[in-house]
This record gives sequence, structure tokens and C-alpha cells, in this order.
Amino acid sequence: MMLEVRNLGVWFGNRQVVAIDALDLDRGQVLGIVGETGSGKSMTAYAIAGLAPGMGARVEGSVKLNGRELIGLSDHQLRDIRGRQIAMIFQAPISSLNPVFRVGDMFLRALRLHGASKAEARERAGIAMRSVALSPDLLHRYPHQLSGGQAQRVAIAMAVALRAEVLIADEPTSALDVTVQAEILEVLQKLRAEESLAALFISHDLAVVAGICDTVAIMHDGEVVERGPVAQTLRHPKHPYTRELLAAVPHLGSPGASDA
Amino acid sequence: MTTVGIARIAPSRGFVRRNPTLVAGIGLLVLILLVALLAPWLAPDPADAGTATHPFRVLADPSSSHPFGTDLVGRDLLTRVMYGARISLRIVVEVLLIAGLVGIPLGLMAGYFGGHVDQVIMRITDVFLAFPALLLSLAIAFVLTPSVSNMTIAIAVTWWPWYTRLVRGEAASIATRPYIESCRTLGVSPIRIVLRHVLPNSVTPVLVQMSMDAGGIMLTAASISFLGLGAQDPTPEWGLIVSQGAQYFSTQWWFVTFAGLAILLTAIAFNLIGDGVRELLDPRRVITR
Amino acid sequence: MLEVRDLVVRYGPVVAVDGVSLSVPPGPAGLGLVGESGSGKTTIGRTIVRLTVPTSGEVTLNGVGAFRARRSALKAYRKSVQIVFQDPDSTLDPKMRVGAAITEALRAHAIVDRAGSRGRVIELLTSVGLQPEHADRLPHQLSGGQRQRVAIARALAVEPRLLVLDEPTSALDVTVQARVLELIARLRDERSLAYLLISHNLAVVEQLCEQIAVLYLGQVVEQGNARRVLAHPAHPYTRALRAAVPELSEELPRPATRRAEPPDPAHPPSGCRFHPRCPIAIDRCRHERPTLREVGGRLAACHRAEESLADGSNPGP
Repeated sequence: MMLEVRNLGVWFGNRQVVAIDALDLDRGQVLGIVGETGSGKSMTAYAIAGLAPGMGARVEGSVKLNGRELIGLSDHQLRDIRGRQIAMIFQAPISSLNPVFRVGDMFLRALRLHGASKAEARERAGIAMRSVALSPDLLHRYPHQLSGGQAQRVAIAMAVALRAEVLIADEPTSALDVTVQAEILEVLQKLRAEESLAALFISHDLAVVAGICDTVAIMHDGEVVERGPVAQTLRHPKHPYTRELLAAVPHLGSPGASDA
Repeated sequence: MTTVGIARIAPSRGFVRRNPTLVAGIGLLVLILLVALLAPWLAPDPADAGTATHPFRVLADPSSSHPFGTDLVGRDLLTRVMYGARISLRIVVEVLLIAGLVGIPLGLMAGYFGGHVDQVIMRITDVFLAFPALLLSLAIAFVLTPSVSNMTIAIAVTWWPWYTRLVRGEAASIATRPYIESCRTLGVSPIRIVLRHVLPNSVTPVLVQMSMDAGGIMLTAASISFLGLGAQDPTPEWGLIVSQGAQYFSTQWWFVTFAGLAILLTAIAFNLIGDGVRELLDPRRVITR
Repeated sequence: MLEVRDLVVRYGPVVAVDGVSLSVPPGPAGLGLVGESGSGKTTIGRTIVRLTVPTSGEVTLNGVGAFRARRSALKAYRKSVQIVFQDPDSTLDPKMRVGAAITEALRAHAIVDRAGSRGRVIELLTSVGLQPEHADRLPHQLSGGQRQRVAIARALAVEPRLLVLDEPTSALDVTVQARVLELIARLRDERSLAYLLISHNLAVVEQLCEQIAVLYLGQVVEQGNARRVLAHPAHPYTRALRAAVPELSEELPRPATRRAEPPDPAHPPSGCRFHPRCPIAIDRCRHERPTLREVGGRLAACHRAEESLADGSNPGP
């Protein structure tokens, strides 16, 4: 088991926002974490990535990556792990891209920081861009010259180029148009197949998660109320909250649609 | 979801512990305020704050009957310094009031209506802001003939543009908010929108700024009086007293010193309050419940 | 009842709305305006409530021109058309209590006098599923869904004939969304309300609207009966939109667009605006802009619309 989370608790002052008993992620697996606002899904991701203390939160419990405990590591040690072992992409691609630098410069800098030579970095960046169906020419652009979809793909490319073991994606497509989202999901699907991507996919959209994830964990009020393989959870939901979530999603061509 | 928010104002002990700066500033100011309000009863020689002179005890050393000594016409300095508090505090309040009453409405109109209204108001504001504030107030005070009231007007004239600029920024950003647009589509009158919606939502930064400006206003007034263009004798304004005592500094040190200390303490009080208010409203403070 | 004719809205070099015509009959009726970012759907909604001024074209309600009306006619227009915005966090004045906000709406059109307003406020609150005590609350004391309900109550306070709903549930959690959509459907039936529902969510539009207009880069590409258009799209963009919607299954939506640079709104593609991303574009599409014409019981702007309809799936390039 590559990533093991046990008894994870996250607090803001006296208020507990996350209380997870267990969560596992194996190599080549995509785990979806689904919940609404206040469910604690994003904080869970930040806690695993080691970003929680920086937001003023207190974290307790155990998060083990390849057997190594991540909770309680120093900033220095975490910086080493971030990028190389854990890569994160956010809802707003702008969060991952520094607006003052050309996209390519950031990319190369990140790669070289983790040990690649200049030539090697350039090559890996090019390969990564092509793997997300973007022309390497786009590396010359500034972030504001890219569309939302392109910027998000660059963020994914960076994560791939760094050969991170785990990709944590926090609502990566929520801010994008639905046709662009479809393209991004296709890219992620390809990466999942080709590179055995292990990923944590956080979303409020159960339908998106259903398509891209192998297993899903449903969160409500900081706790995981149901978990299991996607197909099983969709077809035979056990927890009432899961059923409520499934019932609330509007379907195309459903009986409730208006007639002529 | 992260929860970062402003500290809630809770009663007594918790509040004092969490906002030491603000509490210290308020405490000091309350003290000065009490001195100012109760001066007619607390001061040893109230007449000395006015036209009384005592030729036989000119420049007397500090003693039990005159703890701060006497000035160049024999007036009790403790009395004059106490009465000076009344004047300084009054000037601060009046300047803030005038600058606010002029600056805030202009800023609201410029920000909410935009277009030509904005251009005209901001260009006028720019003209005032182009002058170094102190020089401009000195010039105005000079033209209006020096007195406490004229000095107050002179300072207020140089102060209002800052509030206009501040409010304009807030008002302009609020004018595009959906709740304002809803009012427009509902047909609510523009005046009501500005007074009932834009004003309450844009006024907080101004109030914060005012708390930080109070110290500066007091110092400006003292400076103008020191230069002879503000309060005139026998008005016991602190800056004027310092100016009168300057030449006697080496021999009769008390003349300048106590008035100067009064200025210092009051400025500190205002600055502590200003800093405290800013800290209180800092959005990065985390709640610990 | 509402007629939009050849509406053009230009912001500098960008033409946000380029010659759109639509109509909404008197209630109960729902027209869904669907599109992605840059489609112009929000601009159309804002123009209808006069928040945006059109460059050319007409908007009329029962014959009264929205931008030609003055004084009492203008007041009457304002009373007849209202809007509900997307973001529940900024749709209410944070410093004003809910009851006061609704009262303000009532007073703006002298619907009730001072004495009657409290009763009317409570009536409106309960009609949107809230409790009387909510009238004394401040917005931050309510949840996002509750705030949207207040926004709806406030819009309904002036008894409008047409309600423009601009992505009213997009910022809400899906469980809350379901309940607010139920509310809108109920209000349509109870009050014979007509509305223009602007959304990027096809399922929501299908649920609440009989008619639909699909927009791309400021132009209507397909328009007609919602069920029919969504079940059998004639335009490749509608098809792509439909295909892109993730369903609750293990299959991923398969993008039905060609990969291309996102269009620059200031310099839209020549001919048919969709041609760079269209999977069935032919040479004609590059040069000749298709007109919106009747085909298969709806309007579509595509040179190959007949083929798309005849063939159940995508015809070859």
C-alpha cells in the first residue's frame, strides 16, 4: 500500500473539520473523495500534502507514504517530498502558475530543483506537454496568455514531469467549461492508463469522480461515511447520505424533464 | 474549508488579553479625556488658562503649588497643560468631522456614479493632494489670520481628500456587487442606494483610517501653533506653549518639557489605538474559540 | 410576451452578443439559455433587465421597449422583469436584515404601505420555503441555499411577469441545488411565472424549461423544444455539449470537439464560428456563416444539420 492514512484529525482551534479513520491508496489507483461544502474533503487533501499547518490548522494522526510518516516532518523535509513524491493541482490553475514567469521557466526550475540537468529538464518538459496534448511551444507563454483548460493541463504536465508518485487534484475541473472538462478528463484517463498514475481526486461532482476513479470515499461533516469501488457505490449505496447525493444529481433525459 | 476570521469582541478579560495595544491606547486616551473634561475642577488656577497674569511669579521653578512651574507671564503651567488637552482633543474631533463630512460624500458620489462625476471630483481631489499638506495648511491659516478655529479649518481642508480617495475606491468596488445591481433592477432610487447600501459597506476603512489619523492631526495642530500660525496667546495650546518656552529651554527647562510630554503622550495614545484597530480588523487573525 | 430581436452587445473589440433573437411566452413558461463561458448568455440576461445597454437590437415586453420606455412606463417595465444572480454570497447586502431587504423591494413599487409590509414579507418568505423568523436574520446567518431563496423572494416581491435566473444554483451544493430547483418549478406552476433560465448545466435546463436556446460565441446555434433538442441535437456544438456532461456511470464523457486553440472573442473564427473545433466541419464552414434555419422541428445554424439529424451519430468529415 503506497499511501496509508490512519486516524487523521484536523482542527481549526477547537473545531474539528476532518476525522478520518482510514484511507488507502495503492500504486496505479485513483481514489475519489466526494463531498459538499464543509465536508472536509479539501482539508484532507491539504493535510496529506503537508499544507495544513501553513493554513493555521492542527493535524494529528498518521499519513504514511511508502512507509514513511509525513505528519510532523519539518518544512525542509516536506519541501523535498513535495513535487517529487507528492504533486498537487488546484481548482484555479493560477494557484500553480506564477504569473510573473513564463510557463516554461517555472517548469524547468521545478525540474532542476529536483535534480535534472538543463537539457534533461527541457526534454522532460517537452514530453510532459505532449502527454497532455499541448504543444511545447506554449511553454513560451505567460500564464495569463493561456486559457483555463490549457493552464490546468500545464499544471498536470508539471506533476507528470516531476514523476510524482501521488497526484493530489483538488477540484481540478470545477472552474472549467464542461467541454474543456471533458478534454482534461480524457488526458487524466490516458495518464492513468499509460503511466499508472496514482491519484487522489477531490470533487463535489460525483459524476466526474465516477468516470475517472477506481474507488471512492464519500465525506460528510469531516468523516468518511461510505467507501468502496465506484461501480458498487453507485449501484448499491449503503449510507443514506450517499443515496441523497445520488438522488440530487440532475440527469439528462430523466423523467422529471419538461414535456413539449 | 479554512476558517480564518477576525477576533470577535468578547467582554472583558478575553478581549484585554487578545488586544493589549488597543486597550492600552484606549486607557491612555480615557485618562487624557478625563483631564480635559475635568480641567475646570482639577486645575489649580483656572484663570491662568485665560488672560490672567502674575508678574511676581514669572518663570518660577516647579514647586508644590505649581507642579509644572510657571510661564513667562507667571501663569501656572499645570493648569495650562490641562486646558491644552481640551483644545487638542477638540481640534482632532472637529477636523475629523469636517474632513469626513466633506470627503465621504464626495467619495461616495465619485465611486458610485463614476463617469464625469468621478472625473471632476477626483481632479479636484488631486489638486488638493498635490500640495504638501503642512505647507498648504500653513498657507491657509496665514491667509485666514491665525486662530484655533481657522487652524482647524486649514487642517481639515488638507485632510478631506484622503477620505474621498479612500471611499471612492470602496464605493466603486461595491457599486458592481450583485446586491447593488439588484437594487437597480428593483428600481430603488439612487440616493437610497448610496445612503442605505453603499455608505454602510464602504465606511469601515475610513473609520479605521480616522483612528490612525487622530495622532497626526494633533501633531499638525501643535506644529502650526508652534510656528505661530495657529493658536494665539493666551490660548493654552500645547504647540504654542512649546514655542513660547523654546528660548528658555536651557534655563527654565519645565516650560517646554511638560507641554512637550503632553503632546508625546497623546500622540502615543492615538497611535496605539490606531494600531490596535488595525490589528483587530486584520483578516488574517485566526479565531480560537 | 418577451421579445428579443437582433440583439447586439459590443464591449470594445469584443462582440459578446451578435445578433440574437428569442422570445418567451407568458407564463407558465421556461426558456433555457445554454452555453459556456464567452457564449454571451449572461450578457443577454443582463440586457433584458437593463443592467447592460445593447449596441443595437430591441428588447420588448408586451410591446413596450425596454430601452425606449420613460418614467412610468420604465417603472412598469422594472416591475415586470426581475433577476436572480448566481453568487449567494454577494446577492444580499451583508449589512441589511432579510426582512428589510424584501421590504425595500416592496416599497420601491409601493406594493404595500408601511403597515402591510411585515405581513407580505412573511408571506413571501414562506412561499420560498423559509420561516418567518428568517426575516430578522442577517445574510451571513443563513446558508447559501437560504440566501438564494431570499433573493428569489425579493425578486418575486414586485410580482414580475418574467424572472431572469442567471445560474441560480451553480454555486450551491448539489443537494441544496435540487431543492432550489424544486422551488422554482413550484413557483412556475403556482404563479404562472415565465422565466429565462441561464445555465451551463443541460440537465437543469431540461428539467425546468420547455424551450432551449444554445449559444456559442454570442450566436444562437440551435433553438427549439428542449427535450427534442437535447435528445437529438442537430448542431455539432449541442452534441458536443451533451456528450461532455459526465453521467453517473463508470464511463467518462467522450469529448466531441476537435482540439483547437480556444477562440479569441475579439477575433472570432471566419464563417461558422465553431468550425475550428467542429468534428464534421467542411470547407464551406470556413467561408460561409450558416444561417439559423428550420430543420427537424427546431432552428439550427449548421450547413450539415440535416445529415446530423438523419444519422443518429456523428456523420464523417
